[in-house]
Amino acid sequence: MRLAIVTSRIRVEEKLLIEALRKRSIDFEIIDDGALLLDLARPDERLRAFDAVFCRSVSQSRGLAVAHVLESWGIPVFNSAAVTTTCNDKLLTTLALLRAGVPTPRTMLAFEAETALQGIETIGYPVVLKPVTGSWGRLLARVNDRDAAEAVLEHQETLGGYQHHIRYMQEHVAKPQRDIRAFVVGERTICAIYRNSEHWVTNTARGAVTTNCPVTPELDALCMQAAQAVGGGILAVDLFEDQERGLLVNEINATMEFRNSIVPTGVNIPDEIIDYIFARVRGEVLR
Amino acid sequence: MAQCPECAADITLESNAMVGEIIYCPDCNAELEILNVEQPEVGLAPQVEEDWGE
Repeated sequence: MRLAIVTSRIRVEEKLLIEALRKRSIDFEIIDDGALLLDLARPDERLRAFDAVFCRSVSQSRGLAVAHVLESWGIPVFNSAAVTTTCNDKLLTTLALLRAGVPTPRTMLAFEAETALQGIETIGYPVVLKPVTGSWGRLLARVNDRDAAEAVLEHQETLGGYQHHIRYMQEHVAKPQRDIRAFVVGERTICAIYRNSEHWVTNTARGAVTTNCPVTPELDALCMQAAQAVGGGILAVDLFEDQERGLLVNEINATMEFRNSIVPTGVNIPDEIIDYIFARVRGEVLR
Repeated sequence: MAQCPECAADITLESNAMVGEIIYCPDCNAELEILNVEQPEVGLAPQVEEDWGE
């Protein structure tokens, strides 16, 4: 197998993936997305020579664009452009989860600030406002009262780009100072972690501490259902524990980071990912 | 040996260093991107963009 890994920068995750490739003597090449020039009607023969491309761009928009182009040239891409499109957009993710009957926090959508305020007060304080695109817990706002709601909505209106005028409003789930991140690779939930934090935002990028979360049959089944809802692949499923409703799927990540999850879980996540890609490519080549 | 563009500290790259990797200056803690490993060179890492993430 010849594998290309598209990156914007080399994070710890990319180095671990490279180590896994080297261990298996798999031929690979790192491709810097910043250096790509793609002539859309003329497939790049150098890229077509790869059996598959693994998109690891830290830039979600670049990664998605590359996935679309390469797929149109007939090159298998992990994750697929369709899966990445859904996961990169919280609105599309929520809709996919709802279609599949996956429990998820109540979410409302509005465009005008006045209407958004009605939505916020329909859900009831506190409410979480999120940009539909974005990651690492950026620009999340927990709104506890009308004063804060009006302020955040005005800031979005005045300071934000057009995407910030899509008001994605979600009920605040009173989680127990942690959430769950589960790693799905193909047909299995390979491991999961608790992300523990005193802060209501529990992203590791915001300082949450990780500990192992046992993968129960219930967690596995829900994660598989959620992963299938967005098309499946190599995915990180984020879940909340609600006292009354049990597990709720919050969002799904298509370009997951895992550096803090290998030690607490004892699972070699990069090995699992490379084995999955290898098996998929071998299967596709044989078909 | 590379030099930190922020504080001019000498920076030794690890043997497995890669172009595009992000490292930190041991003196000033500036976030740096490795630009060249053969002739060691680092630059200030790009600022996080709005679409960066998982």
